Amino acid sequence: MGLIIMQNKKILFTALFLIFVLVIIPSLIVMTSRWDLYYTLSSVALLAIASAGVWLTFYIGRINIGQGAFALVGGYVTAILITKAGFSFWLALPFSGLFAAFISVLIGLPILRLRGVYFAMITLVLTEVGRLSALALPITNGAKGISNIPLPGELSFAGITIIPDFASFENPRMAFYYLASVLMILCFATLYRLSNSRLGHLCRSMQQNEELTSSIGVNIAAIRIIIFALSSFMGGIGGSIFAVMSQSIYPSSFQVADSINFMLNCFLGGLGYVFGPMLGTVVLYFGWDLLFQTGKYQMLIYSSLLIISMLVLPNGLLSIRLSGRKKS
Amino acid sequence: MKKPLLQVNHLTKKFGGLTANHDISFQVFEQEILSVIGPNGAGKSTLFKLISSFLRTTSGEIIFDGNKISNLAPHIVARMGIVRTFQETTIFKNMTVRESVVVAHHIRAKANLFGYFLGTSTARAEEKEFARSADEILDFLQLSSLANEVASNLPQGHLRALGIAIGLASNPKILLLDEPFAGMNHDETMQMVELVRKVRDRGVTILLVEHDMAAVMRISDRIIVLNFGEKIAEGTPAEIQENEQVIEAYLGKEEDLVGLYTC
Ligand SMILES: Nc1ncnc2c1ncn2[C@@H]1O[C@H](COP(=O)(O)OP(=O)(O)O)[C@@H](O)[C@H]1O
Ligand SMILES: [Mg+2]
Repeated sequence: MGLIIMQNKKILFTALFLIFVLVIIPSLIVMTSRWDLYYTLSSVALLAIASAGVWLTFYIGRINIGQGAFALVGGYVTAILITKAGFSFWLALPFSGLFAAFISVLIGLPILRLRGVYFAMITLVLTEVGRLSALALPITNGAKGISNIPLPGELSFAGITIIPDFASFENPRMAFYYLASVLMILCFATLYRLSNSRLGHLCRSMQQNEELTSSIGVNIAAIRIIIFALSSFMGGIGGSIFAVMSQSIYPSSFQVADSINFMLNCFLGGLGYVFGPMLGTVVLYFGWDLLFQTGKYQMLIYSSLLIISMLVLPNGLLSIRLSGRKKS
Repeated sequence: MKKPLLQVNHLTKKFGGLTANHDISFQVFEQEILSVIGPNGAGKSTLFKLISSFLRTTSGEIIFDGNKISNLAPHIVARMGIVRTFQETTIFKNMTVRESVVVAHHIRAKANLFGYFLGTSTARAEEKEFARSADEILDFLQLSSLANEVASNLPQGHLRALGIAIGLASNPKILLLDEPFAGMNHDETMQMVELVRKVRDRGVTILLVEHDMAAVMRISDRIIVLNFGEKIAEGTPAEIQENEQVIEAYLGKEEDLVGLYTC
């Protein structure tokens, strides 16, 4: 009985969430004519996707401060494929995610053996390596970056238009909002399913004890790679859409501060909860904006609030609502 | 003569200049309880880690069921049926007892992880079977009443039992127990001895490392004695108690010596 009620509750929450994101928010924007919010909320959705990837690496007990690098890779691959190779965005998008994942496998093979602060430091350096490579490589066009990336064209299958050309929309920003939020929903649905499947249980075992996990016959090296690749795939997807949305990508588009923010989003939302990174991203993003009025104290207040919230709520914001339930 | 299940041939392990295991050879037969004893630092844990492939050998080989298994990845050796439990009461701290044992059935999974992700019918049938088997194991080890307890809250004796439950979930042919009686009082030890016997009676061959002489003498079919990385004796408990070299190795360690004589 209890299970059925919980199931129904879940379906209800999901439905409400979908209606909120896909119907209510756009309606509010139309009513208030705050078109700029489309751009803001799309950014939040993209950042949430990248943060979801970071959450996955937390799930196998690794602190990942390298997501900026993979977002940058995704952004550049998309920019290069579209502007230099004439790819459609709809092909460049999955390709960017896959390329980021491919790079992460190459890098992950040696570094995923490291744990704790060593892994964190290496990934931090990785973000910086990403930025420096973008500055140095000929194909990325140095500090000038790649600008004038065209809007996504039409996506059609067998002559039937699935997604119209973004330029044909009166407001392409709305199209980006739907694209980003639908992908975010897919991303978190995947995360939810993963964490409730055997792979998720194995990740949790690894987070607690890798030796014991391999002693029960689990190929922990393979799982680490799978998870890291998935994480970087999400980073690459986020970066790819970001590049076409802002129609440009620069070496400074994703840097160390961004990598750290992705990580903080997970911390703040709660590492124990699948939807933690989404909530964390929303709260941190708007929290930072709200503090804009405080001028030069913005950073000080922001950091202090962050520290206090982590001290008071070590398991993240979601632990408030769920704390009563978890025990049973 | 019975065929050995596990053969250790001239096994040597060096850590830099230190030889932790030197030219060790022995055999383990099906369904016996074989104990490895020896003073602290004798190389017992190292031997276990070599057999379970958590360490690479320097030389020599380990043959299991006719196949050479030394230096394979630990998860592969576990899949072949050699499963170790840990000395340091290593467990999945934040999981419940039942969750730990269910997840430990991974070895038996036939559906792949993607199948589990999609929730295919094979995967769901397997999950059901694992849950059933986990309950059976918990019942067998008298842990049922603690099934929903978070592992880190368990008292020590039950933690060891949980370690064994996790080991059993992977359906081992040989279970390696590293100091299963450490830190236990007499009653707890005797309960554990019974439990290990029960596990053996299920058809599992037991290889154990232990300090507690009284318990070792009581439980073992055969005993191997290590000292400074070398095998100095092998035999039945009665033979080991008579062995001059063994008594010498333990001289100055009164508690152990007492154990050697009292049973
Ligand atoms: N990973 C390691 N690196 C270096 N030396 C080790 C390592 N593991 C064990 N040793 C050394 O090998 C010897 C045997 O250790 P061990 O097998 O743990 O003994 P026991 O379990 O019999 O007490 C000890 O001298 C120990 O210090
Ligand atoms: Mg030891």
